[in-house]
Amino acid sequence: MLAAARELAPFPGGPVALYKNNVDGKGASYGCHENFLVRRDVPFAELAQLLMPFLVTRQVFAGAGRVGLGQTGADAGFQLAQRSDYIEAEIGLETTLRRPIVNTRDEPHADRQRWRRLHLIIGDANLLEVATYLKLGTTSLVLGLIERRDELPAAYARLAALRLADPVGDVQRVSHDPTLTTTLRLADGRELTALEIQRTYLDAAREAVDALAAGAGPDDETRAVVDRWARVLHGLEHDRASVAGQVEWVAKLRILDGLRRRDGLDWDHPRLAATDLQWSDVRPERGIYHRLLAKDAVERVVTEQEVARAVHHPPDDTRAYFRGEVMARYGEHVSAASWDSIIFDVPGAPSLQRVPMPDPERGTRGHLGDLLDRSADASALLAGLSGT
Amino acid sequence: MADREQQQHVRREDDVPDDDATPTPPPAAPQGQDADVDALLDDIDDVLEANAEQFVRGFVQKGGQ
Repeated sequence: MLAAARELAPFPGGPVALYKNNVDGKGASYGCHENFLVRRDVPFAELAQLLMPFLVTRQVFAGAGRVGLGQTGADAGFQLAQRSDYIEAEIGLETTLRRPIVNTRDEPHADRQRWRRLHLIIGDANLLEVATYLKLGTTSLVLGLIERRDELPAAYARLAALRLADPVGDVQRVSHDPTLTTTLRLADGRELTALEIQRTYLDAAREAVDALAAGAGPDDETRAVVDRWARVLHGLEHDRASVAGQVEWVAKLRILDGLRRRDGLDWDHPRLAATDLQWSDVRPERGIYHRLLAKDAVERVVTEQEVARAVHHPPDDTRAYFRGEVMARYGEHVSAASWDSIIFDVPGAPSLQRVPMPDPERGTRGHLGDLLDRSADASALLAGLSGT
Repeated sequence: MADREQQQHVRREDDVPDDDATPTPPPAAPQGQDADVDALLDDIDDVLEANAEQFVRGFVQKGGQ
């Protein structure tokens, strides 16, 4: 995106500045949509119910921070998340009005009998890499718990008991409380803080990891997410400064509080709103996040080399590997490629040939890497595929 | 360089609070963090938009989900 913006600079209308944020402070909001593949045999109502308290409170470590309260920022102040004031429903299909905590869009781009797509629009577009990592990692973990609820009755019971009395109002309650002390009322009458609710999910995830360790066991990635989740929740509760390089709203608030202290600014001062916007400018020389990155004030999860490689190379442990390699190696003989199929147009063949990819976990390097390496052209690949 | 000097100049002119303005109570800073934050603020001063009010007013989104 940065490279594209730079290329536009010399043209009429340029230069272009890009901001990775979610609000303009005038009432408009634009999303950072997340999509998760979830087993179809989980009833949607149950999925939404078990996930909702998690999504309402996830912003304590996933919020990008925002200057201004209310959709138009009418009231002065700071809140944890950019999107929270725009969430107005529990469950729904819409994405630009009456935005829901759990969205019902369901195009799995895979075998519909086996999977559904869970589409979430509640999250912020994070710049801090740890925030993105935790947001996606913990959500995936919780979904894994829900999928295995029959094997994990204790974890299931913990989550089922967390039903909130007012989930939509709670999204704003949590976001508007940087002290993290506000309590949320549960349907059973209990009052819990956002951190206590997150800790309940964490404990359930830990139990599940231990229970599953008896069998094939959780992978290293799962353990790493659980460990980081635990450390960040602990830091938020006991030593806020210790997570300033990992939690975006804490990093942003640290800078804003510094400006307020040094220059004696009230929360309605335009310099604080400008700092919030400029935080997300993707240009390294202009973006405030990027200034912190250059000063090693925020943690990284991936290296520059890994990012550069990922621009042109798909991950090798999903069907994206097969699709990417086919385009790179035999692109001139591909007439169409989509999420779940590739259509080949091979010279001399009587018709177009379609290769379906309904299973996202097939087409990995482990599965097809050797065949790709052995296939000098698209014909050889198709012959090899029909033999597998 | 000229640009950078201008921005710093504008910041001082605009934003040093008047003596008779009511200052915000300074936020409590974690001990030992002040020096680190101040160093970051110095760096950020060099890149912050010179006219914050105009910049914020001009930031308007059309469309999007």
